[in-house]
Amino acid sequence: MPVTHIQNQFSTPESNDVLIVNELHFSYPDGHIALQGVSLKLCNGDKVALVGPNGAGKSTLMLHLNGILNGKGNVQISGKQLTKDNLPSIRAMVGLVFQNPDDQLFSPTVFEDVAFGPLHMGLPEDEVRQRVDNALEAVRMTAYKDRLSHHLSVGEKKRIAIATVLSMNPSLLVLDEPSAGLDPRARRTLINLLRELPITMLVSTHDMALVKELFPRTIVMDEGKVVADGLTQDILADEAFLNQHGLEKP
Amino acid sequence: MLLSPAPLHIPDGFLSIVVSVICWAITIVTLYFAISKTNQSLGEKQIPLMGIMAAFIFAAQMINFPVAGGTSGHLLGGALAAIVLGPWAGMLVMTAVIALQALLFQDGGLVVMGANILNMGLITAAIGYGLYRSVSGQSKAVKLGVAGFAAWLSVMAGALFTALQLWLSGTSQLNIVIPAMMGVHALIGVGEALITVAALSFIMQTRPDLLGEGSESAKGSRNWIYAGGIISLLVVLISPFASGDPDGLERVAIDMGFIDAGQDAPYSIIPDYTLPFLGETALSTILAGVVGIAVVGAIMVLVGRGLKAKS
Amino acid sequence: MHFDAFDRYHEKESFLHKLDPRVKVLVTVIFIVSNALLPDGAWLAFIFAWLFLLVINFISKLGLGFTVKRSIIALPFALIAITVLFSIPGKPLTTFNFLMWELTITDAGFLRFISILVRSWLSVQMAILLVAVTRFPDLIHALEHLKVPAILTTIIAFLYRYLFVMTDEVFRLIRARESRSGGVAGRRSGGGVLWRAKIAGNMVGQLFLRSFERSDRIYNAMVARGYAGHLYTLNAHEMKSYDYFAAAFAIALIFILQLIGRL
Ligand SMILES: Nc1ncnc2c1ncn2[C@@H]1O[C@H](COP(=O)(O)OP(=O)(O)O)[C@@H](O)[C@H]1O
Ligand SMILES: [Mg+2]
Repeated sequence: MPVTHIQNQFSTPESNDVLIVNELHFSYPDGHIALQGVSLKLCNGDKVALVGPNGAGKSTLMLHLNGILNGKGNVQISGKQLTKDNLPSIRAMVGLVFQNPDDQLFSPTVFEDVAFGPLHMGLPEDEVRQRVDNALEAVRMTAYKDRLSHHLSVGEKKRIAIATVLSMNPSLLVLDEPSAGLDPRARRTLINLLRELPITMLVSTHDMALVKELFPRTIVMDEGKVVADGLTQDILADEAFLNQHGLEKP
Repeated sequence: MLLSPAPLHIPDGFLSIVVSVICWAITIVTLYFAISKTNQSLGEKQIPLMGIMAAFIFAAQMINFPVAGGTSGHLLGGALAAIVLGPWAGMLVMTAVIALQALLFQDGGLVVMGANILNMGLITAAIGYGLYRSVSGQSKAVKLGVAGFAAWLSVMAGALFTALQLWLSGTSQLNIVIPAMMGVHALIGVGEALITVAALSFIMQTRPDLLGEGSESAKGSRNWIYAGGIISLLVVLISPFASGDPDGLERVAIDMGFIDAGQDAPYSIIPDYTLPFLGETALSTILAGVVGIAVVGAIMVLVGRGLKAKS
Repeated sequence: MHFDAFDRYHEKESFLHKLDPRVKVLVTVIFIVSNALLPDGAWLAFIFAWLFLLVINFISKLGLGFTVKRSIIALPFALIAITVLFSIPGKPLTTFNFLMWELTITDAGFLRFISILVRSWLSVQMAILLVAVTRFPDLIHALEHLKVPAILTTIIAFLYRYLFVMTDEVFRLIRARESRSGGVAGRRSGGGVLWRAKIAGNMVGQLFLRSFERSDRIYNAMVARGYAGHLYTLNAHEMKSYDYFAAAFAIALIFILQLIGRL
């Protein structure tokens, strides 16, 4: 049994911790309880997969990481407590990429979308342009700067969506089901991109092959709780456990 | 073709400058209020909401249903938008839709856009919302019935105003254009009413919170009831009068200086160096001269800036 | 149906494509206003206005006939002006019977009717050209520079972006409706008009709810990137000297058109 989840394993945050979530509870306005005491911790440079059946609460958890949702409990980013006052700076540190790129890319052109984050951080024009160039470079989409968003393929949209948060120079990248709906080649391009990016990341996915290939560590959620947190190879080895939580061995 | 909202999208060339400018003036003043009201009352969430709702109205206009003989029913959406988003936001959303249709698809003209926004976006929203608001708190059936009637009447009002503008521009004859426009739109309006009612009842069933207490829909001022009522009354009074006694209305327009007896001057602002309302006086010759000098001045300013700007 | 059906921009390397969008918007509007100002029967001015269009077509490298081909859009509306043929007093040209009326076309009426059509035809061509040589996002920037309120340009920008997503959704809904409404040959299918209207209304309601929920997700995506109620844009446009000269030149030409029309 690879369950290594320990309650309250941390009391003093080390400077090395990029993300600490402690005892997070949340229910939606309609009364549905989506998170019941989620705790986890990501160190600098960690690339962690977040898996679990539909409705496990993965997206809900991610929405808490930069304060779009406010549950009971406590979230720290790079040692900073998430509160109403430091929301702007937290949002600059956490790059959250939503599942549907059509929701993420809301501007007419690629440039405008990638520039949106830096502009709203209040950066000067030159710096904004520099960051847009760097972000597009990082996702290998430099040539797409002046393209119209609605002309892009799904795979291209996903990569631009990642660029829209890279331009904010986040210290944590949070991706919600990035490989969903991609054809094999676009998926491969995305995997290579994620491998190259030198950022701490938390990635939710149903793509167990992707998990196996890319992430040394996996967190399993079900019914609003973390049910496992450990080495990917250990978790994937326990078939009974996977079945119990609606997952499949790759 | 004829049973689509298209006859309300006036292209450039069909309205006189005077009528276009007056319509723009009314539209701009109304939008000014709409913008300041929405800035005051709506949260930051409203900007993406209104944007997406504009796309919704645009897309919803493509949904049709076959009526008979190859014709189909369509939605214009002004009443629906105002009922679900509140009147001011509804107006802004309709304005964006009409502007995009004109700019991108040349569906409706640019200089006459003020008139098109007025007819299809502002009047429809005022009637739709005003009448619907007058039955807030009533039963669902009453609300839906009134919404349907309001949707029908909003299309009729749009048609009436379009007809009046065409007539004031010297493009159509009053005793023909009013019955023709109103006749066709009496049918189009039925499609509008049916779709509006069905859509609202769908929303009431699945998301009652969006139309209930505390929603944008319920927040509109009660003054809208008067605004919508007055415009409705105008429609009901003017249409029979205009088709039954066109000479009467024509006389009013002549007295107001809109139109001259030979239906001649209304569509040029400087015909033969005179301005309407002023007649052929020395003053209007002077004004025509001023316009000329202003144009030449503008050209010189542009050239001057061109010389200074880096190429 | 593919979203390209909504694209009006034609990529070419031309002076007009490079011109600042503000200049293009202004000249387009001034040209259309000028058409409306030309008196009835100002044929010489109309011909020069058309030549002006031809030259612009040529400069745009889209081909001389580019706008003519697309300019019939506004034609059905001409029906609405047809009554001026008979209603304006003047010398009778011809008389004929239509249903129960005896109709007389007058020379003044004919002049007015043709003039209205020509004005409309010239104006719509200019508008077609504007979007053919200007990318729509640049057009929105031009409107921002020309002091159209930000709330409106923002709504238009969202509308433009989601037009494609949303109409795709509509086509999926319509396809779903069609695939479920099989008919028996020779028999009218699909119930009465009321029933069909209800289905269409349900589709509109469905679309509304999906849009509403989408706007929530978009709002989240904006907030996640620092949006706090105020929108900032970076507008790349800067008027160059050739922009000013082009504007001055075009306005001068249009002014001359007006003078020709009043000779
Ligand atoms: N806006 C919402 N309102 C009410 N319940 C919601 C909402 N969004 C999600 N839920 C519910 O919360 C639970 C967790 O959802 P989610 O975080 O989206 O799961 P996952 O991303 O793991 O599939 C689900 O049961 C879902 O139905
Ligand atoms: Mg999810």
